[in-house]
Amino acid sequence: MVSLRRTFAILLRQVYLMRGSPARVLPMFAWVAIDMITWGFITKYLNAVSGSGFNFVPSLLGAVLLWDFFVRVMQGVTTTFFEDVWSRNFLNIFATPLSISEYVRGLVLSSIATSSVGLIVMLVLATAVFGLPVFVYGILLIPYLLVLFLFGISLGVIGCGIVLRLGPASEWLIWPIPALISPLVGVFYPLSTLPRWIQYLSRLLPPSYVFENMRNIVLKRANSPSALLMGGALDVVFLLFASWFFGYIYHHAVRTGLIARYSAESLS
Amino acid sequence: MVPKVLSVRELRKQYGPTIAVDGVSFEVNRNEIVGLLGPNGAGKTSTINMILGVLEPTSGTILVEGDDIATKRSQVLARTNFAAVYAPLPGNLTVIQNLRFFGMIYGVKNLSSRIETLLEQFDLRGFRNTKCGVLSSGEQTRVGLAKALLNNPHLLLLDEPTASLDPSVAREIRLKIREFAAQGDGGVLWTSHNMYEVADVCDRVMFLSHGKILLAGDPRTLPAEHGKDTLEDLFVAVAREPLALERV
Repeated sequence: MVSLRRTFAILLRQVYLMRGSPARVLPMFAWVAIDMITWGFITKYLNAVSGSGFNFVPSLLGAVLLWDFFVRVMQGVTTTFFEDVWSRNFLNIFATPLSISEYVRGLVLSSIATSSVGLIVMLVLATAVFGLPVFVYGILLIPYLLVLFLFGISLGVIGCGIVLRLGPASEWLIWPIPALISPLVGVFYPLSTLPRWIQYLSRLLPPSYVFENMRNIVLKRANSPSALLMGGALDVVFLLFASWFFGYIYHHAVRTGLIARYSAESLS
Repeated sequence: MVPKVLSVRELRKQYGPTIAVDGVSFEVNRNEIVGLLGPNGAGKTSTINMILGVLEPTSGTILVEGDDIATKRSQVLARTNFAAVYAPLPGNLTVIQNLRFFGMIYGVKNLSSRIETLLEQFDLRGFRNTKCGVLSSGEQTRVGLAKALLNNPHLLLLDEPTASLDPSVAREIRLKIREFAAQGDGGVLWTSHNMYEVADVCDRVMFLSHGKILLAGDPRTLPAEHGKDTLEDLFVAVAREPLALERV
């Protein structure tokens, strides 16, 4: 039976760590705010020089906002996990009644809290300073966020599994994952821009459906909400795979003794 | 019949060709402190890790009050706790934050009051808002022991709990652990390389060598039974000439 108290303990630990730690609090809103400001001015400049009358704000700044939200969700999961890596806490935490599902739920809960702060800051800046018309997306903004949230959770959990398997230094493989995925999912350009073989790959990634859908709305082109459902269905597949993957890696670590000797990075 | 606090049967752990623990069987009774002794690499920590559920045995069973950790992990670990010199609590949390966090994970009722009792018991009141990372090693050990007693465990595992303490504090800690074992429902499995401490604290000891229990008995009479003057002499013999002792 899942204990909510144990799940909330993981969130509480994050709150404790953030209290009085600017190094942890600042990244929650500072980097996304800088992104909003940078891209806000870029879109204003593009509006001025293009002379086409096309408003770049909803397509470019909106895309950056959605992408940054995904990145924050993923990093919300991984940084909560990294706290246990950095403080060499695996033995203490995994030799308790806490189950793996409660632990992962705690990571997700922490991610919801931290990514929400980032989202609010981005929405305030983008709408109040740069006039992002969020209502142009209509009710679809909610499924956009949901598809990106679920994908961020999945990739975050997969990232935790990789670090659990490969050791503390492998966190450097996890940080660049969003940058690796970004060109494939058409954050800034239509998927048709990509070579056909990459497009096949893009179709396997849920965010592709969000950004294609968003551009169709902004450009007032034919829009298919059912395509967004495909993104949701792929999210479910990724979530199931992430749960299996982390569970598999954890059980491997328990079987081989890696949990107890994690700082050694490998058992050889 | 009341089940034993801990019942380990034919426990075995093999890493490839290396056998770390080789068919170990033992029990810990209520109100009993059992010493698990042996040279480095004898299999003590592997045995403790298997009892804590962070290392899967190759074969064998571990029952805590009759419940198998393999099938009732959460229930078993809710009644178990541990302190080990190699597993300090996160240094970036304060003493009170660490105790609250682990108290919630262990499902401790009346947590605030329990924490206050332990802060008093381990003389940690003055450090309640101090980050564990800046405490001395002795103070960190006391916080680790406070965490280990948070849930009033029925099975307490202590891996060299007094290794970094000065003799005065170590004596106080031994006293507290003896009180814990005598008054509650719990039993204690204790590893140490300090044979004076073991003779002082443990009701029974087991000597582990190359993953097997070589000798077991009362720490006060066991040396004489094997022709040695002290427990330390017996320990050295186990470490250097285990085969000679097997023949005794």
